[in-house]
Amino acid sequence: MSSPVMLRTPLAAAAVRALRAGQEVLLTGTVFTARDRAHRYLAERPDEDGFPFDLSGGVIYHCGPIMRKSVAAWEAVSAGPTTSNRMEMYEARVITRYGVASILGKGGMGAETAKALSDTGAVYLAAAPGAGPLVAKRIVSVEDVWKLDEFGEPEAIWKLAVENFPAIVAMDSHGGNVYTAVETRSAKRLQELLARTRAHQ
Amino acid sequence: MDVLHAVVELLKRTATDLPADVEFALRESLHREREPLAVSTLKVTLENIRLARHEGRPICQDTGVPIFFVTAARGTSYEGMVSVLSEAVRIATRELPLRANAVDPVTGINTGDGVGDGIPVVYFTEWQQDYHIIDLLLKGGGSENIGASYKLPDAALAAERDLEGVRRVVLDAVNRAQGRGCPPYIVSVAIAGTKDDAAVLAKRQLLRKLSDHSPNDALAAFEADILDEINSLSIGPAGLSGRTTALAVKAAAHARHPATYFVDVAFGCWAHRRRRIRLRGGEAVYE
Repeated sequence: MSSPVMLRTPLAAAAVRALRAGQEVLLTGTVFTARDRAHRYLAERPDEDGFPFDLSGGVIYHCGPIMRKSVAAWEAVSAGPTTSNRMEMYEARVITRYGVASILGKGGMGAETAKALSDTGAVYLAAAPGAGPLVAKRIVSVEDVWKLDEFGEPEAIWKLAVENFPAIVAMDSHGGNVYTAVETRSAKRLQELLARTRAHQ
Repeated sequence: MDVLHAVVELLKRTATDLPADVEFALRESLHREREPLAVSTLKVTLENIRLARHEGRPICQDTGVPIFFVTAARGTSYEGMVSVLSEAVRIATRELPLRANAVDPVTGINTGDGVGDGIPVVYFTEWQQDYHIIDLLLKGGGSENIGASYKLPDAALAAERDLEGVRRVVLDAVNRAQGRGCPPYIVSVAIAGTKDDAAVLAKRQLLRKLSDHSPNDALAAFEADILDEINSLSIGPAGLSGRTTALAVKAAAHARHPATYFVDVAFGCWAHRRRRIRLRGGEAVYE
Protein backbone atom coordinates (compact mmCIF):
# COMPACT_ATOMS: atom_id res chain seq x y z
CA MET A 1 0.00 0.00 0.00
CA SER A 2 1.27 3.49 -0.86
CA SER A 3 2.28 5.83 1.94
CA PRO A 4 -0.37 8.08 3.49
CA VAL A 5 -1.17 11.50 2.01
CA MET A 6 -0.19 14.31 4.37
CA LEU A 7 -2.95 16.90 4.84
CA ARG A 8 -2.70 20.23 6.65
CA THR A 9 -5.54 22.61 7.54
CA PRO A 10 -6.89 24.86 6.18
CA LEU A 11 -7.16 22.34 3.36
CA ALA A 12 -6.35 23.63 -0.12
CA ALA A 13 -9.18 23.04 -2.59
CA ALA A 14 -6.90 21.37 -5.15
CA ALA A 15 -5.43 19.00 -2.56
CA VAL A 16 -8.91 17.88 -1.49
CA ARG A 17 -10.09 17.42 -5.09
CA ALA A 18 -7.05 15.22 -5.70
CA LEU A 19 -8.02 12.74 -2.95
CA ARG A 20 -9.49 9.40 -3.99
CA ALA A 21 -11.56 6.90 -2.02
CA GLY A 22 -9.39 4.22 -0.41
CA GLN A 23 -6.33 6.43 0.18
CA GLU A 24 -4.90 6.70 3.67
CA VAL A 25 -4.21 10.18 5.05
CA LEU A 26 -2.51 11.81 8.05
CA LEU A 27 -4.19 15.03 9.08
CA THR A 28 -2.41 17.89 10.87
CA GLY A 29 -3.92 21.19 11.98
CA THR A 30 -7.30 22.11 13.42
CA VAL A 31 -10.49 20.03 13.65
CA PHE A 32 -13.83 21.04 15.15
CA THR A 33 -15.93 18.41 16.88
CA ALA A 34 -19.64 18.45 16.10
CA ARG A 35 -22.14 15.66 16.62
CA ASP A 36 -25.93 15.42 16.80
CA ARG A 37 -26.91 18.58 18.62
CA ALA A 38 -24.10 20.71 17.23
CA HIS A 39 -25.14 19.79 13.68
CA ARG A 40 -28.67 20.94 14.21
CA TYR A 41 -27.27 24.15 15.71
CA LEU A 42 -24.82 24.73 12.84
CA ALA A 43 -27.53 24.16 10.25
CA GLU A 44 -30.17 26.34 11.91
CA ARG A 45 -28.42 29.06 13.94
CA PRO A 46 -28.88 32.76 13.04
CA ASP A 47 -25.89 34.51 11.47
CA GLU A 48 -25.28 36.88 14.38
CA ASP A 49 -25.16 34.70 17.45
CA GLY A 50 -21.45 35.11 18.12
CA PHE A 51 -20.32 31.70 16.79
CA PRO A 52 -16.56 32.17 17.03
CA PHE A 53 -15.07 29.69 14.56
CA ASP A 54 -14.24 29.96 10.85
CA LEU A 55 -14.99 26.54 9.34
CA SER A 56 -14.05 27.49 5.79
CA GLY A 57 -11.55 24.94 4.43
CA GLY A 58 -11.90 23.29 7.82
CA VAL A 59 -12.56 19.82 9.16
CA ILE A 60 -15.67 18.81 11.12
CA TYR A 61 -15.08 15.77 13.33
CA HIS A 62 -18.04 13.60 14.36
CA CYS A 63 -16.88 13.00 17.90
CA GLY A 64 -18.17 13.23 21.46
CA PRO A 65 -14.94 13.18 23.40
CA ILE A 66 -14.15 12.47 27.03
CA MET A 67 -12.34 15.58 28.26
CA ARG A 68 -10.55 16.28 31.52
CA LYS A 69 -9.83 19.72 32.88
CA SER A 70 -6.57 20.19 34.71
CA VAL A 71 -5.52 23.48 36.29
CA ALA A 72 -3.94 24.72 33.09
CA ALA A 73 -6.08 23.37 30.27
CA TRP A 74 -8.47 20.81 28.89
CA GLU A 75 -7.10 17.47 27.79
CA ALA A 76 -8.69 14.82 25.54
CA VAL A 77 -8.79 11.48 27.36
CA SER A 78 -10.59 9.39 24.74
CA ALA A 79 -11.81 10.84 21.47
CA GLY A 80 -12.62 8.40 18.66
CA PRO A 81 -15.27 9.01 15.98
CA THR A 82 -19.02 8.59 16.41
CA THR A 83 -21.41 7.14 13.80
CA SER A 84 -21.82 9.72 11.03
CA ASN A 85 -25.13 8.81 9.44
CA ARG A 86 -27.12 10.42 12.28
CA MET A 87 -25.88 13.75 10.95
CA GLU A 88 -27.11 13.06 7.40
CA MET A 89 -30.16 15.34 7.62
CA TYR A 90 -27.95 18.37 8.41
CA GLU A 91 -24.59 17.70 6.78
CA ALA A 92 -25.19 18.98 3.25
CA ARG A 93 -26.48 22.29 4.68
CA VAL A 94 -23.49 22.54 7.03
CA ILE A 95 -20.92 21.80 4.31
CA THR A 96 -22.46 24.36 1.96
CA ARG A 97 -23.10 27.10 4.51
CA TYR A 98 -19.62 27.08 6.03
CA GLY A 99 -17.44 25.89 3.14
CA VAL A 100 -16.27 22.86 5.11
CA ALA A 101 -13.52 20.94 3.24
CA SER A 102 -13.73 17.65 5.08
CA ILE A 103 -15.97 15.62 7.32
CA LEU A 104 -14.25 13.13 9.61
CA GLY A 105 -16.27 10.33 11.21
CA LYS A 106 -17.10 6.67 10.88
CA GLY A 107 -19.48 4.42 8.98
CA GLY A 108 -20.08 6.71 5.99
CA MET A 109 -22.95 9.01 5.00
CA GLY A 110 -25.86 9.15 2.59
CA ALA A 111 -26.71 10.51 -0.84
CA GLU A 112 -27.29 14.15 0.15
CA THR A 113 -23.88 14.42 1.76
CA ALA A 114 -22.26 12.64 -1.20
CA LYS A 115 -23.83 15.24 -3.52
CA ALA A 116 -22.62 18.11 -1.33
CA LEU A 117 -19.10 16.65 -1.42
CA SER A 118 -19.19 16.56 -5.22
CA ASP A 119 -20.75 20.03 -5.53
CA THR A 120 -18.28 21.76 -3.22
CA GLY A 121 -15.16 19.60 -3.67
CA ALA A 122 -15.07 18.21 -0.16
CA VAL A 123 -14.29 14.72 1.20
CA TYR A 124 -15.48 12.35 3.92
CA LEU A 125 -12.70 10.76 5.95
CA ALA A 126 -13.18 7.66 8.12
CA ALA A 127 -11.28 7.37 11.39
CA ALA A 128 -10.74 4.08 13.21
CA PRO A 129 -13.98 3.29 15.06
CA GLY A 130 -13.76 3.21 18.81
CA ALA A 131 -10.08 4.06 18.83
CA GLY A 132 -10.53 6.51 21.73
CA PRO A 133 -7.13 6.59 23.43
CA LEU A 134 -5.20 6.15 20.20
CA VAL A 135 -6.86 9.17 18.61
CA ALA A 136 -6.60 11.20 21.83
CA LYS A 137 -2.81 10.85 21.55
CA ARG A 138 -2.95 12.68 18.21
CA ILE A 139 -4.76 15.63 19.78
CA VAL A 140 -1.92 17.88 20.85
CA SER A 141 -4.03 20.62 22.39
CA VAL A 142 -7.59 21.67 23.15
CA GLU A 143 -7.76 25.26 21.92
CA ASP A 144 -11.32 26.40 22.52
CA VAL A 145 -14.88 25.25 23.11
CA TRP A 146 -18.32 26.62 22.21
CA LYS A 147 -21.68 25.85 23.88
CA LEU A 148 -20.07 23.76 26.61
CA ASP A 149 -22.65 24.59 29.29
CA GLU A 150 -25.65 24.41 27.01
CA PHE A 151 -24.79 21.23 25.07
CA GLY A 152 -22.65 19.41 27.65
CA GLU A 153 -19.17 17.95 27.19
CA PRO A 154 -19.87 15.24 24.60
CA GLU A 155 -21.95 17.53 22.37
CA ALA A 156 -20.11 20.85 22.61
CA ILE A 157 -18.05 22.13 19.67
CA TRP A 158 -14.39 21.63 20.60
CA LYS A 159 -11.57 23.23 18.64
CA LEU A 160 -8.73 20.73 18.66
CA ALA A 161 -5.18 20.85 17.33
CA VAL A 162 -4.22 17.47 15.87
CA GLU A 163 -0.98 16.02 14.53
CA ASN A 164 -0.78 13.11 12.12
CA PHE A 165 -4.36 12.02 12.76
CA PRO A 166 -4.82 8.77 10.77
CA ALA A 167 -7.87 8.33 8.52
CA ILE A 168 -9.05 6.81 5.27
CA VAL A 169 -10.65 8.69 2.37
CA ALA A 170 -14.01 6.90 2.40
CA MET A 171 -16.03 9.25 0.14
CA ASP A 172 -14.27 11.53 -2.34
CA SER A 173 -15.51 14.50 -4.38
CA HIS A 174 -15.84 12.46 -7.59
CA GLY A 175 -18.44 9.99 -6.39
CA GLY A 176 -15.88 7.46 -5.11
CA ASN A 177 -17.21 5.69 -2.02
CA VAL A 178 -15.62 2.71 -0.26
CA TYR A 179 -18.90 1.77 1.47
CA THR A 180 -20.96 1.49 -1.73
CA ALA A 181 -19.14 -1.57 -3.00
CA VAL A 182 -19.41 -3.23 0.41
CA GLU A 183 -23.15 -2.53 0.65
CA THR A 184 -23.86 -3.72 -2.88
CA ARG A 185 -21.99 -6.97 -2.38
CA SER A 186 -23.57 -7.57 1.03
CA ALA A 187 -27.09 -6.96 -0.33
CA LYS A 188 -26.46 -9.37 -3.19
CA ARG A 189 -25.12 -12.02 -0.83
CA LEU A 190 -28.16 -11.54 1.42
CA GLN A 191 -30.47 -12.32 -1.50
CA GLU A 192 -28.48 -15.48 -2.23
CA LEU A 193 -28.75 -16.56 1.40
CA LEU A 194 -32.49 -15.83 1.52
CA ALA A 195 -33.07 -17.72 -1.72
CA ARG A 196 -32.24 -20.92 0.07
CA THR A 197 -33.54 -22.22 3.35
CA ARG A 198 -31.70 -24.14 5.93
CA ALA A 199 -32.96 -27.05 8.00
CA HIS A 200 -31.99 -26.53 11.62
CA GLN A 201 -33.34 -29.64 13.26
CA MET B 1 -14.01 -3.68 50.18
CA ASP B 2 -17.61 -2.39 50.29
CA VAL B 3 -20.01 -2.76 47.38
CA LEU B 4 -19.69 0.89 46.35
CA HIS B 5 -15.93 0.83 45.90
CA ALA B 6 -15.98 -2.61 44.35
CA VAL B 7 -18.45 -1.40 41.70
CA VAL B 8 -16.43 1.78 41.00
CA GLU B 9 -13.48 -0.53 40.33
CA LEU B 10 -15.71 -2.77 38.19
CA LEU B 11 -16.74 0.25 36.08
CA LYS B 12 -13.13 1.33 35.63
CA ARG B 13 -11.90 -2.12 34.64
CA THR B 14 -14.78 -2.66 32.26
CA ALA B 15 -14.23 0.69 30.51
CA THR B 16 -10.47 0.37 30.13
CA ASP B 17 -9.63 -3.34 29.90
CA LEU B 18 -11.28 -5.42 27.16
CA PRO B 19 -12.12 -9.03 28.16
CA ALA B 20 -9.38 -11.49 27.16
CA ASP B 21 -11.67 -13.65 25.00
CA VAL B 22 -12.76 -10.64 22.91
CA GLU B 23 -9.20 -9.44 22.40
CA PHE B 24 -8.14 -12.98 21.50
CA ALA B 25 -10.94 -13.27 18.92
CA LEU B 26 -9.90 -9.95 17.34
CA ARG B 27 -6.28 -11.13 17.18
CA GLU B 28 -7.41 -14.38 15.53
CA SER B 29 -9.49 -12.48 12.99
CA LEU B 30 -6.42 -10.49 11.97
CA HIS B 31 -4.88 -13.75 10.69
CA ARG B 32 -7.91 -14.39 8.48
CA GLU B 33 -8.03 -10.98 6.82
CA ARG B 34 -6.33 -10.29 3.49
CA GLU B 35 -7.59 -6.87 2.41
CA PRO B 36 -5.32 -3.95 3.39
CA LEU B 37 -8.08 -1.80 5.00
CA ALA B 38 -9.35 -4.73 7.09
CA VAL B 39 -5.81 -5.53 8.25
CA SER B 40 -4.95 -1.92 9.08
CA THR B 41 -8.28 -1.38 10.88
CA LEU B 42 -7.76 -4.45 13.09
CA LYS B 43 -4.16 -3.48 13.82
CA VAL B 44 -5.26 -0.02 14.96
CA THR B 45 -8.00 -1.65 17.05
CA LEU B 46 -5.55 -3.97 18.81
CA GLU B 47 -3.06 -1.16 19.39
CA ASN B 48 -5.89 0.94 20.86
CA ILE B 49 -6.88 -1.90 23.22
CA ARG B 50 -3.29 -2.19 24.43
CA LEU B 51 -2.97 1.56 24.91
CA ALA B 52 -6.25 1.83 26.84
CA ARG B 53 -5.22 -0.92 29.25
CA HIS B 54 -1.69 0.45 29.66
CA GLU B 55 -2.81 4.01 30.34
CA GLY B 56 -6.07 3.27 32.13
CA ARG B 57 -8.09 5.26 29.58
CA PRO B 58 -11.54 4.26 28.29
CA ILE B 59 -11.14 1.98 25.23
CA CYS B 60 -13.84 4.01 23.47
CA GLN B 61 -14.89 7.57 24.28
CA ASP B 62 -18.48 6.33 24.31
CA THR B 63 -18.46 4.58 27.67
CA GLY B 64 -22.08 3.77 27.01
CA VAL B 65 -25.06 3.18 29.22
CA PRO B 66 -24.07 1.10 32.25
CA ILE B 67 -26.36 -1.96 32.37
CA PHE B 68 -26.13 -3.95 35.60
CA PHE B 69 -27.45 -7.50 35.97
CA VAL B 70 -27.50 -8.05 39.72
CA THR B 71 -27.96 -11.41 41.43
CA ALA B 72 -28.18 -10.19 45.00
CA ALA B 73 -27.48 -12.02 48.24
CA ARG B 74 -30.64 -12.99 50.10
CA GLY B 75 -32.27 -10.14 51.94
CA THR B 76 -30.65 -7.38 49.84
CA SER B 77 -32.75 -4.27 49.36
CA TYR B 78 -33.43 -3.40 45.71
CA GLU B 79 -33.65 0.30 46.52
CA GLY B 80 -30.36 0.21 48.39
CA MET B 81 -28.61 -1.61 45.56
CA VAL B 82 -29.82 0.86 42.89
CA SER B 83 -28.67 3.76 45.02
CA VAL B 84 -25.18 2.24 45.48
CA LEU B 85 -24.85 1.44 41.76
CA SER B 86 -25.90 4.99 40.83
CA GLU B 87 -23.41 6.48 43.25
CA ALA B 88 -20.69 4.24 41.79
CA VAL B 89 -21.50 5.58 38.30
CA ARG B 90 -21.27 9.16 39.61
CA ILE B 91 -17.86 8.49 41.15
CA ALA B 92 -16.50 6.72 38.05
CA THR B 93 -17.80 9.57 35.84
CA ARG B 94 -15.89 12.05 37.99
CA GLU B 95 -12.72 10.02 38.47
CA LEU B 96 -11.97 7.79 35.49
CA PRO B 97 -13.59 9.65 33.77
CA LEU B 98 -16.50 7.87 32.14
CA ARG B 99 -18.32 10.14 29.68
CA ALA B 100 -21.41 11.76 31.17
CA ASN B 101 -24.00 10.00 29.02
CA ALA B 102 -27.37 10.74 30.67
CA VAL B 103 -29.40 13.38 28.81
CA ASP B 104 -32.92 14.48 29.75
CA PRO B 105 -34.83 14.00 26.49
CA VAL B 106 -37.44 16.62 27.37
CA THR B 107 -35.18 19.51 28.39
CA GLY B 108 -32.12 18.40 26.41
CA ILE B 109 -29.93 18.90 29.47
CA ASN B 110 -27.06 16.50 30.16
CA THR B 111 -27.17 15.67 33.88
CA GLY B 112 -23.36 15.84 33.88
CA ASP B 113 -22.84 13.01 36.36
CA GLY B 114 -23.73 9.99 34.23
CA VAL B 115 -26.94 9.27 36.16
CA GLY B 116 -30.53 10.02 35.10
CA ASP B 117 -34.01 8.54 35.30
CA GLY B 118 -33.49 4.91 34.18
CA ILE B 119 -29.69 5.25 33.97
CA PRO B 120 -27.89 3.14 35.05
CA VAL B 121 -30.13 0.31 33.91
CA VAL B 122 -30.47 -2.27 36.69
CA TYR B 123 -31.92 -5.79 36.34
CA PHE B 124 -32.25 -7.19 39.84
CA THR B 125 -32.87 -10.67 41.13
CA GLU B 126 -32.30 -12.05 44.59
CA TRP B 127 -31.17 -15.57 45.39
CA GLN B 128 -30.65 -17.77 48.43
CA GLN B 129 -26.85 -17.46 48.50
CA ASP B 130 -25.02 -15.07 50.82
CA TYR B 131 -23.06 -13.28 48.09
CA HIS B 132 -23.71 -10.98 45.12
CA ILE B 133 -22.88 -11.56 41.47
CA ILE B 134 -22.90 -8.33 39.48
CA ASP B 135 -22.55 -8.41 35.70
CA LEU B 136 -21.86 -5.13 33.96
CA LEU B 137 -22.29 -4.23 30.30
CA LEU B 138 -21.12 -0.81 29.10
CA LYS B 139 -23.25 -0.51 26.00
CA GLY B 140 -22.30 2.18 23.50
CA GLY B 141 -24.85 4.16 21.49
CA GLY B 142 -23.51 3.10 18.08
CA SER B 143 -24.15 -0.61 18.61
CA GLU B 144 -27.44 0.09 20.40
CA ASN B 145 -28.76 2.12 17.45
CA ILE B 146 -28.37 -0.76 15.00
CA GLY B 147 -30.32 -3.18 17.20
CA ALA B 148 -33.54 -4.42 15.58
CA SER B 149 -36.85 -5.89 16.64
CA TYR B 150 -39.01 -8.14 14.45
CA LYS B 151 -42.47 -9.66 14.73
CA LEU B 152 -42.89 -12.96 12.95
CA PRO B 153 -44.28 -13.74 10.50
CA ASP B 154 -42.58 -11.06 8.40
CA ALA B 155 -43.99 -11.27 4.88
CA ALA B 156 -41.33 -9.05 3.24
CA LEU B 157 -38.57 -11.40 4.39
CA ALA B 158 -40.68 -14.56 4.01
CA ALA B 159 -39.82 -15.19 7.65
CA GLU B 160 -42.18 -17.66 9.32
CA ARG B 161 -42.43 -18.70 12.93
CA ASP B 162 -39.50 -21.08 13.18
CA LEU B 163 -35.71 -20.94 13.33
CA GLU B 164 -35.56 -20.53 9.57
CA GLY B 165 -37.64 -17.37 10.00
CA VAL B 166 -35.31 -16.19 12.75
CA ARG B 167 -32.32 -16.83 10.51
CA ARG B 168 -33.83 -14.63 7.81
CA VAL B 169 -34.47 -11.64 10.07
CA VAL B 170 -31.02 -11.87 11.69
CA LEU B 171 -29.31 -11.79 8.30
CA ASP B 172 -31.50 -8.83 7.37
CA ALA B 173 -30.56 -6.99 10.60
CA VAL B 174 -26.84 -7.45 9.98
CA ASN B 175 -27.12 -6.35 6.36
CA ARG B 176 -28.99 -3.22 7.46
CA ALA B 177 -26.42 -2.49 10.18
CA GLN B 178 -23.48 -2.55 7.75
CA GLY B 179 -20.47 -0.91 9.46
CA ARG B 180 -22.40 1.66 11.47
CA GLY B 181 -22.12 -0.05 14.87
CA CYS B 182 -18.37 -0.81 14.85
CA PRO B 183 -17.91 -4.38 13.58
CA PRO B 184 -16.68 -7.05 14.13
CA TYR B 185 -19.91 -7.53 16.10
CA ILE B 186 -21.16 -9.90 18.74
CA VAL B 187 -24.67 -10.65 17.47
CA SER B 188 -27.28 -11.62 20.03
CA VAL B 189 -30.65 -13.09 19.11
CA ALA B 190 -33.61 -13.71 21.40
CA ILE B 191 -37.09 -15.09 20.78
CA ALA B 192 -39.86 -14.34 23.27
CA GLY B 193 -43.55 -13.66 23.67
CA THR B 194 -43.31 -9.98 24.56
CA LYS B 195 -41.24 -7.19 23.07
CA ASP B 196 -39.58 -6.27 26.38
CA ASP B 197 -38.73 -9.85 27.34
CA ALA B 198 -37.09 -10.44 23.95
CA ALA B 199 -35.04 -7.24 24.31
CA VAL B 200 -33.78 -8.06 27.81
CA LEU B 201 -33.07 -11.68 26.93
CA ALA B 202 -31.00 -10.56 23.95
CA LYS B 203 -29.05 -8.11 26.14
CA ARG B 204 -28.39 -10.86 28.66
CA GLN B 205 -26.83 -13.11 25.99
CA LEU B 206 -24.19 -10.42 25.46
CA LEU B 207 -22.76 -11.42 28.85
CA ARG B 208 -21.82 -14.88 27.59
CA LYS B 209 -18.25 -15.90 26.77
CA LEU B 210 -17.58 -15.84 23.03
CA SER B 211 -16.62 -19.52 23.01
CA ASP B 212 -19.66 -20.95 24.81
CA HIS B 213 -22.68 -22.56 23.14
CA SER B 214 -26.37 -22.49 23.86
CA PRO B 215 -27.36 -25.47 26.06
CA ASN B 216 -30.20 -26.04 23.59
CA ASP B 217 -28.82 -28.19 20.72
CA ALA B 218 -30.96 -26.59 18.03
CA LEU B 219 -29.96 -23.08 19.14
CA ALA B 220 -26.30 -24.10 19.43
CA ALA B 221 -26.37 -25.30 15.82
CA PHE B 222 -28.16 -22.09 14.83
CA GLU B 223 -25.41 -19.98 16.45
CA ALA B 224 -22.62 -21.79 14.59
CA ASP B 225 -24.32 -21.89 11.19
CA ILE B 226 -25.44 -18.30 11.07
CA LEU B 227 -22.03 -16.97 12.14
CA ASP B 228 -20.56 -18.29 8.88
CA GLU B 229 -23.44 -16.86 6.90
CA ILE B 230 -23.05 -13.43 8.53
CA ASN B 231 -19.34 -13.41 7.74
CA SER B 232 -20.09 -14.32 4.13
CA LEU B 233 -21.74 -10.87 3.80
CA SER B 234 -18.15 -9.50 3.81
CA ILE B 235 -19.02 -6.25 5.59
CA GLY B 236 -15.78 -6.55 7.54
CA PRO B 237 -14.03 -4.54 10.26
CA ALA B 238 -15.35 -0.95 10.35
CA GLY B 239 -17.63 -1.85 7.43
CA LEU B 240 -14.71 -1.38 5.03
CA SER B 241 -14.93 -4.95 3.65
CA GLY B 242 -13.36 -8.12 5.01
CA ARG B 243 -13.96 -11.62 6.27
CA THR B 244 -14.81 -10.74 9.86
CA THR B 245 -18.21 -9.10 10.31
CA ALA B 246 -19.05 -10.94 13.56
CA LEU B 247 -16.94 -12.67 16.19
CA ALA B 248 -19.79 -14.72 17.66
CA VAL B 249 -23.55 -15.25 17.64
CA LYS B 250 -25.50 -15.91 20.84
CA ALA B 251 -29.09 -17.16 20.75
CA ALA B 252 -31.74 -17.81 23.39
CA ALA B 253 -35.48 -18.44 23.54
CA HIS B 254 -38.29 -17.94 26.04
CA ALA B 255 -41.81 -19.27 25.80
CA ARG B 256 -44.14 -17.16 23.67
CA HIS B 257 -47.85 -16.46 23.47
CA PRO B 258 -49.67 -18.35 20.67
CA ALA B 259 -50.32 -15.03 18.93
CA THR B 260 -46.82 -13.55 19.26
CA TYR B 261 -43.30 -14.33 18.08
CA PHE B 262 -40.88 -11.49 18.84
CA VAL B 263 -37.27 -11.65 17.72
CA ASP B 264 -34.83 -9.12 19.11
CA VAL B 265 -31.40 -8.69 17.57
CA ALA B 266 -28.88 -6.88 19.77
CA PHE B 267 -25.36 -6.00 18.74
CA GLY B 268 -22.15 -5.68 20.71
CA CYS B 269 -19.41 -3.62 19.04
CA TRP B 270 -15.79 -4.88 18.87
CA ALA B 271 -15.19 -2.92 22.11
CA HIS B 272 -17.40 -5.42 23.90
CA ARG B 273 -17.13 -4.23 27.48
CA ARG B 274 -18.58 -6.77 29.88
CA ARG B 275 -17.27 -7.94 33.22
CA ARG B 276 -18.46 -9.83 36.28
CA ILE B 277 -17.73 -9.42 39.96
CA ARG B 278 -18.51 -11.72 42.88
CA LEU B 279 -18.87 -10.00 46.22
CA ARG B 280 -18.90 -11.84 49.50
CA GLY B 281 -18.49 -9.92 52.73
CA GLY B 282 -15.52 -7.65 52.18
CA GLU B 283 -14.04 -9.72 49.37
CA ALA B 284 -14.38 -8.88 45.68
CA VAL B 285 -13.39 -11.27 42.91
CA TYR B 286 -13.25 -9.83 39.36
CA GLU B 287 -13.72 -12.22 36.44
